[in-house]
Amino acid sequence: MSDSRLGRANDAPRLTDHALEQIIGRLLQIGVLISALVVVLGGVALLIRYGGAPADFRSFRAEPSELSTLVGIVRGASRLDSHAVVQLGLVLLIATPIMRVALTLVAFWWQRDRLYVGITAFVLALLVYGLFWGRA
Amino acid sequence: MTVLTFTTVVGLGSFCAGLLGSLTGLGGGIVVVPLLTVLLHVDFRYAIGASLVSVIATSSGAAAAYVREGYSNIRVGIFLEVATTVGALVGAAIAGVIPTGALGILFGVMLLYSAYRMFRSGGDHPPSTAPDPLATKLRLNSSYPTSAGMQSYAVEGVLPGFGLMFVAGVVSALLGIGSGVVKVLAMDRTMKLPFKVSTTTSNFMIGVTAAASAGVYLHRGYIEPVVALPVMLGVLTGALVGARLLTTASTRWLRIVFTAVVVVLAVEMLYKGATGAL
Repeated sequence: MSDSRLGRANDAPRLTDHALEQIIGRLLQIGVLISALVVVLGGVALLIRYGGAPADFRSFRAEPSELSTLVGIVRGASRLDSHAVVQLGLVLLIATPIMRVALTLVAFWWQRDRLYVGITAFVLALLVYGLFWGRA
Repeated sequence: MTVLTFTTVVGLGSFCAGLLGSLTGLGGGIVVVPLLTVLLHVDFRYAIGASLVSVIATSSGAAAAYVREGYSNIRVGIFLEVATTVGALVGAAIAGVIPTGALGILFGVMLLYSAYRMFRSGGDHPPSTAPDPLATKLRLNSSYPTSAGMQSYAVEGVLPGFGLMFVAGVVSALLGIGSGVVKVLAMDRTMKLPFKVSTTTSNFMIGVTAAASAGVYLHRGYIEPVVALPVMLGVLTGALVGARLLTTASTRWLRIVFTAVVVVLAVEMLYKGATGAL
């Protein structure tokens, strides 16, 4: 990004858009990296402890609340239960694109783009609702 | 089969899916579900839960690279995410009542359509200059970098595109895939966005759409750590390796191989769906 480009007034909004997108893109990668690390750590512990157990996923048994609610997962992970640690990593991963939408909302707010603040807030509300309450 | 064997087999299969998916541009998610359900007899619900998680990982992991190139259109993306997110929540709501056999048939149709599109996506249409009045109102018209400098483009067919995006959201939730082919169809064909803008904006949207239904499925107990663990890590590493290889690999043969795999899986899904064996 050269100074001469920054200096052109009519390029300014586009540049801001693009610079912000780059920051958001980096943060997304960091989110994926952190969640993958948590999944790997939990996964290694899980395989050491339960690697020899039978694996049968032919029939569906809904996961217990310790692995299907945010409170249960955090509680289990803080006890270092390996299944819950893996699940925590997966929740962090699901939260990553939601963070992206939240950051996009901030970006539109900065640009005082009210129409897109509204549109983005609506999308964010749906995503947060899905992750926290999970009733569709 | 023990947990260790299961994890190894699924991890290797998911790695190949991610690798081929990124080399061919079709995404890994579309072969993960048939791999789990048809070959390993995993329940459809666990399969879509795990697949959605891997879709989020590859979409978010690739975002930084796409963003650097400056192709994606944030306003188009976020506006259409209203449709995909609502669609994904509707899809998640009806997923429980649709018989698995019907989902298998829908999956087979999606696989065949993806294989067909992979060979049709070549030529780019000239940028549109006649914007939909709604696109102007929503400030969707933009420009993108080309070899001849910045090229501006107009956006057409906003409402039909929005409708197709709703369908993409429903399909994504029902089948546990990114449904990038439907998203690209909506933007490239219906809204007349340049092809590169369509594909990169689609990638930007895929993770958000998948997160909407994945959140719901988490609460419904569809996300099983032992299944999702190897799928997520396998697809993600496969996609990352694929992105590195992209410049050197001969994609023509890969496309042929991958299309053959997709067609075989499609026939399997259609057959199992129709006979109720899924």
